[in-house]
Amino acid sequence: MYVAVKGGERAIDNAHAFLAEERRGDPAVPDLSVAQIREQMALAVNRVMTEGSLYDPDLAALAIKQARGDLIEAIFLIRAYRTTLPRLGYSTPVDTGKMATTRRISATYKDLPGGQILGPTFDYTHRLIDFALAAEGDAPPAPQASPLGDVPRVTGFLDREGLIEEEPASDATPGDLTREPMELPADRALRLQALTRGDEGFILSLAYSSQRGFGRTHPFVGELRIGEVAVEMDISELGVAIEIGEITVTECETVNQFTGSKTQPPQFTRGYGLVFGQTERKAISMSLVDRALRWKELGEDDTGAPVQDQEFVLMHADNIQATGFLEHIKLPHYVDFQSELELVRRLRAGMTEAAE
Amino acid sequence: MSDYNFAYLDEQTKRMIRRAILKGVAVPGYQVPFASREMPMPYGWGTGGVQVTAACLTPDDRLKVIDQGADDTTNAVSIRKFFQRTAAVAVTEHTGAATLIQTRHRIPERPLIAGQILVYQVPIPEPLRFLEPRETETRRMHALEDYGLMHVKLYEDIARNGAIATSYAYPVKVEGRYVMDPSPIPKFDNPKLSGTPALQLFGAGREQRIYAIPPFTKVVSLDFEDYPFEATKAPHPCDLCGDEGSYLDEVITDDRGGRMFVCSDTDHCASRQAEGHGGRLSTQGDAA
Amino acid sequence: MTPDAMTGGFADAPVQSACGFRAILRALSQPGEIVAVAGVRPPAPLSAAAGTAALVLLDGTTPVHLAGPHACQSVRDWITFHTGAPLVEAEHAMFAFGSWDALLPVARFAIGTPEYPDRAATLIVEMDRLDSDGAVLRGPGIETTARLSLPELQAFKVNRALFPLGFDTLLACGDRLAGLPRSTIVEDV
Repeated sequence: MYVAVKGGERAIDNAHAFLAEERRGDPAVPDLSVAQIREQMALAVNRVMTEGSLYDPDLAALAIKQARGDLIEAIFLIRAYRTTLPRLGYSTPVDTGKMATTRRISATYKDLPGGQILGPTFDYTHRLIDFALAAEGDAPPAPQASPLGDVPRVTGFLDREGLIEEEPASDATPGDLTREPMELPADRALRLQALTRGDEGFILSLAYSSQRGFGRTHPFVGELRIGEVAVEMDISELGVAIEIGEITVTECETVNQFTGSKTQPPQFTRGYGLVFGQTERKAISMSLVDRALRWKELGEDDTGAPVQDQEFVLMHADNIQATGFLEHIKLPHYVDFQSELELVRRLRAGMTEAAE
Repeated sequence: MSDYNFAYLDEQTKRMIRRAILKGVAVPGYQVPFASREMPMPYGWGTGGVQVTAACLTPDDRLKVIDQGADDTTNAVSIRKFFQRTAAVAVTEHTGAATLIQTRHRIPERPLIAGQILVYQVPIPEPLRFLEPRETETRRMHALEDYGLMHVKLYEDIARNGAIATSYAYPVKVEGRYVMDPSPIPKFDNPKLSGTPALQLFGAGREQRIYAIPPFTKVVSLDFEDYPFEATKAPHPCDLCGDEGSYLDEVITDDRGGRMFVCSDTDHCASRQAEGHGGRLSTQGDAA
Repeated sequence: MTPDAMTGGFADAPVQSACGFRAILRALSQPGEIVAVAGVRPPAPLSAAAGTAALVLLDGTTPVHLAGPHACQSVRDWITFHTGAPLVEAEHAMFAFGSWDALLPVARFAIGTPEYPDRAATLIVEMDRLDSDGAVLRGPGIETTARLSLPELQAFKVNRALFPLGFDTLLACGDRLAGLPRSTIVEDV
C-alpha cells in the first residue's frame, strides 16, 4: 500500500502513452491532418495564435491537434514554444489603414467611404444545425467582388471634425510584458498587450459586465475591420523598411461616451482592440475593457466595478497563469494538509480539555 | 530536447534571472520582480523554482528534487527528468550528496551544509496577499515596514482559536526587516530557515518574484510574547524508521480507522532504515 | 573597433556563464569569501574577474558605466561587442566598473527606491589587492565575522545605513572576486 507512491516515473510514462492513445481515438477513423485543422478550424487556430502571441497558423493547428482540441492547452504549447525563440528584430507598427479588408462594418454610419462589407460572418446565419455538413460535400463557391482600395477609418472622419479625442502617433517603444515583469499601474500599451493575450472568455465577461452597468462604457462599434496587413521591418543597413510577410488581423475601434468640461468642448472617446486572425468577439470585448480601464485619465468616477480595476483585470486575464495555478491544487499537498490536521486536532483537544 | 540551450533557458533569460537572484541576496527577504518566462510546465507547478534552478545549474552540480519531502512524487520526478534532459546534470536522492536541491513544501530533515543551494517553489510569494490582495498596497506596506495588519491577523487567530491558526506558509521576518513567505512549508520547518550554512533561493514564476535568504541569516517566525511560535508535528514516531523528531505523513491504511505515520522526507527515512533503525511497522510488509 | 575587442570572451557561453555566476553568487551571498574565476581575457585595465562579471551579468538591457581608465576605447569596444550593454553616465548605470578612486563619489549611483530597492547599481571595483584582512564584516552570509581588504570604510558604513536601499559591490583583483552586498555591516578592526 505505502509502496504505491513509489514508481512515479513509470506512472508518468504510462500516463503519457495512454494519453497519446486517447488523443488519436479510434484508429479506424482517419487521422486529422494539421492542414485540415488550419483550414477548417480556422477560428480555433486564430484564438490560439492571439492568446499564444504567435502568428503561425500551422503551428497553432498542430498545437490544437496535440492538445486534443483543448484550446487553453494549445495556447500553452504555443506560449512555451514562443518563449524559446530568439528575437531577431522588431517590426514597425502595422498600418491597419492599408488593410486588404475582407470584412468591415460600422455601427455608427449607415453608409460611409469604403462601404459596409459583411464578409464571412455568422452574424445573420440562422443558428440551425446544418445536417448537410455531416455528409461529405464541398460548399459552392461564393460570389467574388472586385478587390477594394484603401478603406479609410471611421474614427478618422470624427477626428477631422475634432469630435473624437486625439490619439497622436508616438515613437515611444511600447513595453513588453513577456520580457519585463508587470508593474502597476501599467500604461495603455501594456494593458492592450495583456488584453490581447488575455482569455477570450474572461475579457468577454468583463466587457459584458460593463455593458450591464458595472463600469458603464457606452460603446458604439465605430468600426470593425478584418483583413490582411503587411508586416515591415526596418533594415538599418539599408535604411528602408522591407515587407517580411502578411498577417490577418481583426481591429475594433469603439466610439464611446463623450467627455468635456467648461474649457474643453465635448468629445467622444475611444476603445481599441487588435487581435490575430478573424477573432472579432475578442476584438470587440477588448475595446470595451480598454475603454473602461481608461476611467482615470478621462476623469471619470471609480464606481468600484471589476472592469475598472486595472490590477484585477490585468492580473487575472491570462488563462495560462490562471489554469496553471488553478490546476496545481491537484498536486500533492499532504504535507500542508497534515500540518492543518495536526493543528485542528490540537485545537479540538484543547477545547475538550477546557470543557472537562 | 537537444534543440534547446543548456538548462533549457536562453542565455539572456538566465542573465535576467541571475541579476534578480543577486539583488535578492543583497536584500534578504525582499521580493525582486523578474520577467518570468513561460515554461514547458504549468504555472503553479514549480515554474519559478525551475527557472531559478536553471539559472544556477552548472554541469558539475548534483541535483536533488523533492515534492512533499519525497524524491519519488510525480512532480518531483517530472522536474528532475526535465533537468536530466536539458542540462545532462547528475542527480541524487541523498540530501548530503546534493549541491542543489529544488523543493516544494519541505526542508530536508538532514541539516544543510555550506555550499548547498536550496531552491523553493513558491505559489504566492506575498505574505500579506491574503490580508491585502492589491500588489500596489502590499508593496507600499513593505516599503514602509508597515506590518501591523499581519500582527492583527495573527492576534485575531488567538482571540478566536486560542492559538495562531497558521500551520504552513507561516510568515517570518528576515534580518529584522522584511516579512517573508517561506513558501508552503509546514511551520515545523520554519526554524531550519534561520542560520543555515546553505543559500536559500525562492522562485515564484506566475507571480514573477525571486527572493533569497543568504547563509547564516536571522529568520524569525512571527509570534507574540505570550503566544510564542511553536514548531509542531504529529505526536508520533515514524512507523518505518522510528524517528521521533521528523515530520510525518499520515497514511490511511484501511477504512476502519487504521493509519500509519511515516517520514515525509523519504531520503531521511530510507537512510535511517539502512542504518538499522526500525519503527512499529518496519518488520511487517514490504516497506521499500 | 579595437583589434582585440572580439577576443577573450566565453568559448562556451552557457557553461562558462553558469560557472561564473555561481562564483559571483557565492561571493555575494558569503561576504568576505574570495572566489576564483577563470576563462575570460578582457583588455586592460579590466581584470579577468571583472570581465567575467561583465559577461555573466551584462546585456542590452543593462546600462553600464565605465569609470576613469576603464572608459578607454579597448574596454568600451570589448564590453559593447560581447554584451551590447549601453554605456551611460554613473547616475543611470545598473553596473559600474572602475577603480575605487575612479568610481568616487559613489553617492552618484542608484540606490533603489523604497518600493523597488532592487533598482540599485552594482559596482565592480578593481582592486590592487584583495585579501581576508582589514575591515571586519558582519551580517547575512557571515556566521560570526569575516575580514576583507576594502578600499575604504566610511562609504560602506554610509551605504549600510541606507538599508534596504544602497548599492552592492563586487571587488575584483586579477582572477579573484569578493562580494559586499549592501546588507553587510562594516566595522573598523
